Amino acid sequence: MNYGIVSQEQLEQIDVILSDKLIKLGVDCVIIIDMAGNIITAKDNGESKYDVYSFAALAAGNFATVDAMAKLVGEQEFSLLFHKGQESNIHFSKIDDELLLISMFGQDISLGFLRLNVVDVVEKIRKIWEKE
Amino acid sequence: MSFINLKEKVVQVKIVYYGPGRGGKTTNLEFVNRTYRKQILSEMVSLKTHGDRTLFFDFLPFDMGKIKGYDIKIQLYTVPGQVKYNATRKLVLRGVDGIVFVADAMEKQREKNIRSLNQLHENLQSYKESIFNIPLVMQYNKVDLKEHGIPILPLSVLQKDLNSRLKVPYLEASAITGYNVAATLKKIISSSVISIQKKLL
Ligand SMILES: Nc1nc2c(ncn2[C@@H]2O[C@H](COP(=O)(O)OP(=O)(O)O)[C@@H](O)[C@H]2O)c(=O)[nH]1
Ligand SMILES: [Mg+2]
Repeated sequence: MNYGIVSQEQLEQIDVILSDKLIKLGVDCVIIIDMAGNIITAKDNGESKYDVYSFAALAAGNFATVDAMAKLVGEQEFSLLFHKGQESNIHFSKIDDELLLISMFGQDISLGFLRLNVVDVVEKIRKIWEKE
Repeated sequence: MSFINLKEKVVQVKIVYYGPGRGGKTTNLEFVNRTYRKQILSEMVSLKTHGDRTLFFDFLPFDMGKIKGYDIKIQLYTVPGQVKYNATRKLVLRGVDGIVFVADAMEKQREKNIRSLNQLHENLQSYKESIFNIPLVMQYNKVDLKEHGIPILPLSVLQKDLNSRLKVPYLEASAITGYNVAATLKKIISSSVISIQKKLL
């Protein structure tokens, strides 16, 4: 893909994958952002009302910070980033060097189950990029 | 790198206010936040220390309306100015489309402005960006202090120190009173949007 611009077709394909693989499983909200804090796409279950722009800026900062800490202790990266709350959880997954997939979900989904599906989604999205 | 969504016709533009600590970057955003409530999509986010200093960044999303059928969403960021925070300053610069350099016009801050600008140059290089190519506006802030008898650097000195090679648009301003805050923002938005349009052609 020509990074920075995503075609309508690519976005539609990605939205279908996010809906089928994550929202239908009960994930409240999924966002794809780039490392600069821009939103590529956001999907939710129609109930959750997150302020996605602020969220993207903070998430990119958070991921970049953890990444920089990993380098300081000699790790390539900390591949799993997960924040657990009383009622909601946030899971970060790197799609490639520029893109992050963020899932917000409640207590009715287990982390293990979510991770399996996220891995699948990330693979499918990478394929869409490669087609360009 | 701005992000362009062809499906929803949205362009996201990242603008960073950069400059020495206590120069007035956060004050610029606070003024915009107060003055343009209607165009602001959500609350200003400020990650700061207990002493009210910027720790990571301030963030303010700003809706510009449409240009050529595209919805322009401006994301305003500030960096933390304190010297020790260069690692986080660099992170905030990732993917930047336009920069406002907020210089502190107080005489005693002369060296700090120059050092901060040099570091901006280096930080951009680490992203393979050049200070000579990226849309940039110089803001010489705190000119209101002149009236209070506090020594201010003359415009000619500021220009010589900071803008003799860059030759970018510049404005004297007072973030605290709002003088030229909106004009600075308009200038950097138009430079950034023009530069994005050029990249698209
Ligand atoms: N007199 C005057 N003070 C200012 C102006 N802009 C900012 N300040 C003050 O300078 C201090 C630092 O401002 P701040 O916005 O936090 O600086 P930052 O570190 O660049 O974000 C604060 O006490 C502000 O009230 C200005 O235009 N004139
Ligand atoms: Mg500040």
